[in-house]
Amino acid sequence: MGFLRKIVASRLAALGLILTVAVAFMAIFAPWLTPFDPAAQDVTQRLIPPFGRTPEGLHLLGTDALGRDVLSRLIIASRISLLVGVAAVIVSGFFGVMLGLIAGYDDQRAGRVIMAVADVQLAVPFLVLALAVAAVLGPSVFNLVVVLGVTNWVQYARVVRAEALTLREREFVQAALALGASTPRILARHLLPNVMSSVIVISSLQVARMILFEASLSFLGLGVPAQIPTWGSMIADGRNYVSSAWWVAAMPGIAIFLTVVGINLLGDRLRDLLDPKLRHMER
Amino acid sequence: MARYLATRAIYSVLVIFGVAVLVFFLVRLGGDPTALFLPPESSIEEIARFRRQMGFDRPLLIQFGEFVWRALQGDFGKSLRYGEPAMRLVWDRFPATLQLSAVSLLLSVVIAVPLGIAAAVNRDSLTDRVGLFFSLVGQSFPTFWLGIMLILVFSEKLAILPPSGRGTWQQLVLPAVSLAAYSTAIITRLLRSSMLEVMQADYIRTARGKGLSERVVVYRHAVRNAAIPTITVIALQVGALLGGAVITEEIFAYPGMGRLAIQAIANRDFTIVQAFVIFMAVLIVAINLAVDACYVLLDPRLRKS
Repeated sequence: MGFLRKIVASRLAALGLILTVAVAFMAIFAPWLTPFDPAAQDVTQRLIPPFGRTPEGLHLLGTDALGRDVLSRLIIASRISLLVGVAAVIVSGFFGVMLGLIAGYDDQRAGRVIMAVADVQLAVPFLVLALAVAAVLGPSVFNLVVVLGVTNWVQYARVVRAEALTLREREFVQAALALGASTPRILARHLLPNVMSSVIVISSLQVARMILFEASLSFLGLGVPAQIPTWGSMIADGRNYVSSAWWVAAMPGIAIFLTVVGINLLGDRLRDLLDPKLRHMER
Repeated sequence: MARYLATRAIYSVLVIFGVAVLVFFLVRLGGDPTALFLPPESSIEEIARFRRQMGFDRPLLIQFGEFVWRALQGDFGKSLRYGEPAMRLVWDRFPATLQLSAVSLLLSVVIAVPLGIAAAVNRDSLTDRVGLFFSLVGQSFPTFWLGIMLILVFSEKLAILPPSGRGTWQQLVLPAVSLAAYSTAIITRLLRSSMLEVMQADYIRTARGKGLSERVVVYRHAVRNAAIPTITVIALQVGALLGGAVITEEIFAYPGMGRLAIQAIANRDFTIVQAFVIFMAVLIVAINLAVDACYVLLDPRLRKS
């Protein structure tokens, strides 16, 4: 509990923690929290403004063009956003850390190849690459995680490689080497634990980025299949009615904003506590 | 120094070759690319003819050799929809994207650089807090959502700025502002932390110790040393801006390369997508090379080695 107390010692970080926990709670218990069936259409009750009443009850955030309750859809959509965000970070973190450790430990051969591949990938703007890969693979939750995971390992690899390069020279690694430890053992038992604090910091900020990217791809129709509501696809739906019914597009954006601000505030605090040198990293 | 830049240039060519390999295999990720290019309702004869015409029936290695040989001559295939060379179509749209990205970058730099410096110099002041607040907000909402909200407020409600198209400066305002938001936030935050670090350096203490005015300390000693990290940050943002331009162009129906690429994806016109990815890569690699040259000019230590 000591670490948690350190986190909430900053008021902003406490706010971030509250927002993050609230969104996570919303995503986990989504089916029990929706006031209406998120898929139930009622064209006679379409585009009802926030706080509007229908025979079924009060629509706190209004209804969309098909008469579906915006709040209920917002709550259900939080599941995909968080699921994809967290899963993509796990995938990219796994590959990024592994390749970063190898590149740092063996910087002459494997390292050169890995960092050259990283440079190739960095030469294409992330969104462009993700767009192209998503278009080729087609929309599905699994493909989305693969796209985001595979296109974001470089962030980890660069930081981890730099740390592995210096750790490699430390006595405990040299001692393990002298005792005959194998390379995989050195990477996993001696280097990995020492880069974990950086990895945690990057991951926290990456989850926020992944949620934004998921929204962008879903907005373009390249994310998850159209029938699954996500915050990005809700904004795309609402875009066509923005002059007459602003809330349909505005509300999911606010949901994304609150989620991402919460995670970023928390991530900033984790960085200051665990690894202040990462301040120069682009989120 | 010349040798350093030459090495970088050769490496850049290798990186672009790597991107070409990536793009070649990209459309083959799902196996036979024919299925990707043709609509699902195509007949077997159509598929067979198309496969032969595009050379997809030949061994992969031969296809790759052909692809590279043609790419070297600037030939990236024809757009299936427009019947014109794909790279020409991308190139024709480039000025529009360049204009949008350049205006956005300028806007970001003009706002973020003074804000970042002011925030770091007056740490924990009101300016600092406002700067941090905006940089947090600026990178926490999706660009496309900001674009839609800007259209809602300035085009629909206030009716003072056009929501789409290209030609007049008014049409550039909303897309440039929505594209600049994210980069402004990042540059402000990273410049602030670079400046904070520089302000704690020994030479700054020395400068203060010998009685220089705070103005001279900040502008002659601190800002100059924070220039290199700042240029790195700004250069990184160029890539982010060009990527972000894709979605911004789509929102504002702005006729740039990004919109072309998104339409090409919808039309299964993957030769354009390939040409677009390679073009972007060449652009970004060229910018990085220019940045490397800037380092050499800015940092006397690099000039000697």
